[in-house]
Amino acid sequence: MVDFGGWELPQQYTSIRDEHMAVRKVAGLFDISHMGRVFVEGQGAEAALQSLFTNDLAPVAPGRAIYTLMCKDDGGVVDDLVIYREAADRFLIVLNASNREKDLAWIRHRLPDGLSMEDHTFDLSLIAFQGPRAHELLPVGSSETETIPYFGFRRGKVGRTDALISRTGYTGEDGFELFVESSVVGGVWDAILQRGKEAGVLPAGLGARDATRLEAALRLYGNDMDESVNPYEAGLGWTVKLDKGGDFIGREALVKVRQQGPARTLIGLKSQPGSIPRHGAAVSVDGRRVGAVTSGTHSFFLGYPIALALVEASQFRIGDKVIVEVRGVDAPAEVVKLPFYRGSARSAAVTTKS
Amino acid sequence: MADRRYTKSHEWIVVDGKTVTVGITDFAQSQLGDVVFLELPSPGRKLAEREAFGVVESVKAASDLYSPIAGKISAVNDRLSANPELVNSDPYGDGWILKVELAGELPSDLLDEAGYRKVTEAASH
Repeated sequence: MVDFGGWELPQQYTSIRDEHMAVRKVAGLFDISHMGRVFVEGQGAEAALQSLFTNDLAPVAPGRAIYTLMCKDDGGVVDDLVIYREAADRFLIVLNASNREKDLAWIRHRLPDGLSMEDHTFDLSLIAFQGPRAHELLPVGSSETETIPYFGFRRGKVGRTDALISRTGYTGEDGFELFVESSVVGGVWDAILQRGKEAGVLPAGLGARDATRLEAALRLYGNDMDESVNPYEAGLGWTVKLDKGGDFIGREALVKVRQQGPARTLIGLKSQPGSIPRHGAAVSVDGRRVGAVTSGTHSFFLGYPIALALVEASQFRIGDKVIVEVRGVDAPAEVVKLPFYRGSARSAAVTTKS
Repeated sequence: MADRRYTKSHEWIVVDGKTVTVGITDFAQSQLGDVVFLELPSPGRKLAEREAFGVVESVKAASDLYSPIAGKISAVNDRLSANPELVNSDPYGDGWILKVELAGELPSDLLDEAGYRKVTEAASH
């Protein structure tokens, strides 16, 4: 067990390798109840949230979710989060565990009077069932899920228990994030593992979670970005809707970044087995330091180490060779296309009509 | 079947005449997590007692490997380059790491089963 943002979480239940493979081939079950869950409700909620977040909430219909960033005035990222619209004026926001208190204070400070904000992180649990076979391996009696659009959600049942079933995730695979009342989530956890045991479903910890999200090139706040990084540097310019109408915190600064181009970019690297680039490792070209690794791990699924690195925005092309510092020694690495791997989430997104 | 002996740094040896087989213990592999790579020397290399001869890398960290004995490496387990996970799944069998031709005497401070168990109990607090 390790400390993750103030919560005690397992790195693995059995082995990172087995759990990683289970997620990619069958399905894995993650307890992600450490993430913050807060409801914002009231008249004018959409307008209030629009001014806090970079993405555009207007086209997000009830039953749909959207990934967005929350920025400071200078464009630096405060957090990345997913917003679920339950009704015209009611939103559920899921945010990073490590930023929970920061985000709650940030939002509370800026919400107009008349809007309520309720933190349900403790009484509502969140578990993620991710993998190409997640749909077919839900316990008997579960709601039908194939018609939930990708990044859509609905209230239903997992087995006999009420749940908010969201077709979202952090692994690059199809599957669900299940919001279940904390008093009954244990039964749901057991039921899913029981149902999927023969098929090879495994409970999966932080090690498998980090490896799968990195393969899918999903960013990890605190590693790949922090308040000193703007969305364009993090390769997340697509979440910034400068022309959504109305102002939002950071908009002015981000307009300038977009015009001038970001000073840094996030690139993907692969290296040889035995040379795992770790967070903070220097990246150099021709003896000159050009940046540093933000996230790196060994991918059991791909068979080699992979990493994201924040480097000077110059022309890094796919196939370019760089040097990464590994245990005090120069190790060769190659710039590769992102994502490192496309899982079943891709086909879920494509076959869903928005 | 010779007895296994252990070091405080979590290596094990089994002696068969002049040939000593070396590996890392079950406790060591469980602390490391899934092994992804081993940096190992070639046969023929001479080792001194306590010399660092390689590295075992897991997802979490990389650890140096120390030779429990002095001698000359007669064999290296080459299955470990394609299957480093053998160190986790069978640390005392197929996960063996080196075979060394012993030079001189065995060190006097090698631990027996009971002695090593005390070390791991202290380490696990």
